[in-house]
Amino acid sequence: MKFWEDIVVGERAEVGRYTFSADAIKGFARRFDPQPFHLDEAAAARSHFGALCASGWHTASVWMRLMVEHQRREDDAHRARGEPVATLGPSPGFRELKWLKPVYVGDTIIYTTEVIEKRASNSRPGWGLMSIRNSGVNQKGEAVISFISVAFVERRGAA
Amino acid sequence: MAISVSHSRRTYARSAPHLLTRGADRFLTAWDLTRKRAVPQFQWEDFTPGRVFAHGPRRVPRGEMVAFAAEFDPQPMHLDEAAAEHTMLGGLAASGWYLCCILMRMCTDAFVLDSSSMGAPGVDEVRWLLPVRPDDELSLRATVLDTRASKSRPDMGFVRFEFELFNAQGQRVMTLTTTLMMGRRERAAS
Repeated sequence: MKFWEDIVVGERAEVGRYTFSADAIKGFARRFDPQPFHLDEAAAARSHFGALCASGWHTASVWMRLMVEHQRREDDAHRARGEPVATLGPSPGFRELKWLKPVYVGDTIIYTTEVIEKRASNSRPGWGLMSIRNSGVNQKGEAVISFISVAFVERRGAA
Repeated sequence: MAISVSHSRRTYARSAPHLLTRGADRFLTAWDLTRKRAVPQFQWEDFTPGRVFAHGPRRVPRGEMVAFAAEFDPQPMHLDEAAAEHTMLGGLAASGWYLCCILMRMCTDAFVLDSSSMGAPGVDEVRWLLPVRPDDELSLRATVLDTRASKSRPDMGFVRFEFELFNAQGQRVMTLTTTLMMGRRERAAS
């Protein structure tokens, strides 16, 4: 993670891509979102979705996994250049999450992120906050998910 | 990247024992149960502003909490007690996305599986207010804020909800506001 001071509003990155299999969709749904259109091909075909599709929470959770891996790669690159690495803190939440299109079996989602705002933390000296807009697009170029999340980022020389 | 899928009978026995059939080898999900009901109990007309659905408490077992983090949010504050002590959360705490998923599951068990749910177009806002610790017991309160009919689809309507999760001490740990799409009774019957 870059230090808060070094983060530039407008920076974009591809964080990763993931292909949703029927097994993964059903496995996630069984645990957390057991609605028929996430669990069963025949029931999904009868629903307004028309075919088995992933829980929106599955699409969002995969973003988190890819984001953690992306940041780990960035940290490794910083260390390889001999640069210090900042700590990424927890998130107070997110807003404006939109599930724009269903994610169907075999869809590959490419996730990207863009810094849209940063501000100092009033309550926690040593930390800043950044807002990022996260998006997922399928292999046909259709947007499937979008949301704005907020996270604490360590400030330079804070520790 | 390999994201593993684990949904064994043992997982259900730990996290949702009420969904297991007694003595049977296979587990019976809540969905299996609702498939048998031809007309769901809750349709768009039943979600009147101010109506409250409560569910829980539901334990969030350490094993399930850490397994979720390993699969979807492998940061030290969600994975490892010692590493988590030195973070802002001050000890091992649940991933916020795990809490979203648990909230979803509590909603499905509370009313969604017995409703004419057509999914949700999104979530207005989620606030993670306090860390949730391993083995805490969470309770859900779902309050209907307002509803409106769909202009383009006469067979459905929208229901805006505020969902709140409380820990065993009664502290509010998370809020989520969202709009659910629900099938309408009048249209379904005509």
